[in-house]
Parts: sequence; structure tokens; C-alpha cells
Amino acid sequence: MLNIVWIGLLVGSVAIAVLTGNVKEVVGSVTDSASSAVKLALGFVGVMALWLGIMKIAEESGLIQRFTRVIAPMMRLLFPKIPENHPALGSMTMNLVANAFGLNNAATPLGIRAMKDLDDLNTKKGTATDEMCMFLAINTSSVQLVPAGAIALLAAGGSADPTAIVLPALVATLFSTLVGIVSAKLLGRSRAFAEQPDGGPGHDGTA
Amino acid sequence: MTGLPDFSVTASHVIFLAFLVGIPLYGFAKGVKVYECFVTGAKEGFEVAVMIIPYLVAILVVVGMFRASGAMDIIGSVLPHAFESLGLTPDVIGLALMRPLSGGASLGMFGEIIARYGPDSYQTRLGGVITGSTETTLYVLAVYFGAVSVRRTRYALHAGLLADAAGICASVAVCLYFFR
Repeated sequence: MLNIVWIGLLVGSVAIAVLTGNVKEVVGSVTDSASSAVKLALGFVGVMALWLGIMKIAEESGLIQRFTRVIAPMMRLLFPKIPENHPALGSMTMNLVANAFGLNNAATPLGIRAMKDLDDLNTKKGTATDEMCMFLAINTSSVQLVPAGAIALLAAGGSADPTAIVLPALVATLFSTLVGIVSAKLLGRSRAFAEQPDGGPGHDGTA
Repeated sequence: MTGLPDFSVTASHVIFLAFLVGIPLYGFAKGVKVYECFVTGAKEGFEVAVMIIPYLVAILVVVGMFRASGAMDIIGSVLPHAFESLGLTPDVIGLALMRPLSGGASLGMFGEIIARYGPDSYQTRLGGVITGSTETTLYVLAVYFGAVSVRRTRYALHAGLLADAAGICASVAVCLYFFR
């Protein structure tokens, strides 16, 4: 899917640029985007280091494990295959809490930490596990309780009531998260996405 | 005006500080050598940032090309006006389509919608609810999977895009209920 989206955007952009006469702009954008991707990644280093350091303390002190035990019953419904006391349950919960409160700077490093914990359970490195897909589905469905970015733009635009969107957005985002969870569960059962495409146990091995 | 923005800012700050101060404090109380432990963990920050570079380059380059191609203008001009009674003007649909690709671009488009229809118009509120209930799926995928070098993403994108589509449909329905 990502392959199709990627090649589609690549070829589609050039085709559209030819039609609209924006070839020059498209060519110019390539170098800019590539450099800004690196700047963005390197700009992460500070907050990433900060939160990975904090998370290390949380791990050493047993806080993640404690957190895991408290939250485990709920998380286990979503992630039944993760062992009961695995730190991934705790780090994923911390990411979701940070996301819910709009702490984007903290949420991304915590999410990466959670992905690393999930990868410890991955028997086929380089391929996403069902748990990773579920975690990503929840994350990409936006679990933010208050859409701070949109509210800030509304306030800057002179809205008389910029927070009018809070409740509707909360209802919509709960629905999208629900659909994300259900889709991930259903897609995970589909043979089309069997975890070991090049011949794991239970598959015919035609890769 | 409600007190909500102030409250939300305060709640965010409290949670932020609870994480930032509470975790080291808990560790200290448990006898963890907090400083040494922190720097050990923090060392991974650079490594992670470098690891996500190839994934970010792959995504941001094609999204940048797509934006520069003027595709959104074409999409805006060929989209049916049939959904306008639902507040789905072509630029609101454009915002919804851009949202999974680029957070910056979709916020920019939201800014244009505010300027065109007014800050308290139906279209603006719908755009705001769409922005608040969807996520920049491609970017999140690139960063999170990049950090653990996962290249075969299986159904993660499908599930993410289905969630975005559900968020957009729910936004339309919820705005009809709240703002009409």
C-alpha cells in the first residue's frame, strides 16, 4: 500500500505538473523537501534525547512496569498477544496519554520508545507486527482531546468562540479512533496481510 | 467564551510537568541514579533521529512534489459542488484530502478557509473539526516505523486512512448536529 501511494504521488505529481505548467516548481521542491526532512529529523534530537532519558529513568525505577500493571487489563483487550508485564504496554500508554493532552513534543519520543519495545517482541525484523499496526492505527486516528492547533488558528483569525469545535472534534475523533481499532483488528485477521509473506509457519510459502 | 482554552493549557502543562519532574522524582525516591540513567537513555536520541531520516526523506519529497504540482488546485476545481449543502466546499474537501499527507500544508489550507469564509462560519468550523479529528498519517507512519527500521508496513496505512476517512465523515455529521 505504501509502495502504491509513494509511486502514485511521485508519478502523479510530475504528470499534474506537466498539465499545470508547474514543472519548475516541482523540480525545485525536491531538493528543498529532502533537506527539510533532514533538518526536521535533526531538530528532533534535543526533545528525543530529553524524553528517551526520562523514559530510561521511568524504566529503571520500575515506574513503567507499575504503570503497565495498572493499565494492563484495558490494553490487553487491544493487544492480546503482548505478555502481561511487558514494558511495551506501559510505554504505549504513556504515548497515548501524551497524545491525548496534545504534548506532541513528548508524544513522538514516547511513541518511538513504545515502537522499540514492540520491536523486542518482533520475530521478523523489518516487518510490522499486528501490535505495531494497532498502535499506529490508534496514533494516526488522532487521540487528542483538544485540537490546540486548530483552536489557535481560529483564535488568531478572530473567532468569537474558538473553542466551539472542542466537543464536536472530540466526538469525531473518538469515532475515528474506534474505526481505526476495528479496521486494524479486522485487517490483522485477513490472509492478505499474513505476517510472514515469505513462508512462515501456517503459510504456503509462495512469496 | 468558555474557560476551556485556559483549562486545557493548564491541564497540558500539569501533565507535561508530571512527566518531566514526576518521573525523575519517582526514580530518585526509588534509589535510581537519575542523572546517569538520564544520559544513558538520552544517548539514543541522536541515533533515533538519524534512523528516521531515510523514511522522512521518502515521504516528504513526494508530498512536497505533490503540493508543488498544483494538484490541490485541480482537485479543488474539478470536485463536485454537490456536497456544498453539507458545508463540504471544494477547499474543505481539499483540506480533508491533504490532512493525511501533510500537517503543515493542511493547517495552511485551514488558514485560507478561515480567511475566505470567516472565523465563525460553518465551513471554518467543519474544517477545524476535521483537522482536530484526523492525523498526518503518512508522517506518523514514516517516523514510527523508521525508528525501528520497519519497511514492510502491512495494513498500518490502510487502518490509518480508514480512521481518517471515518474522522472526516464523523466531522460532517457532528457539525450538522452542532452547528446547523
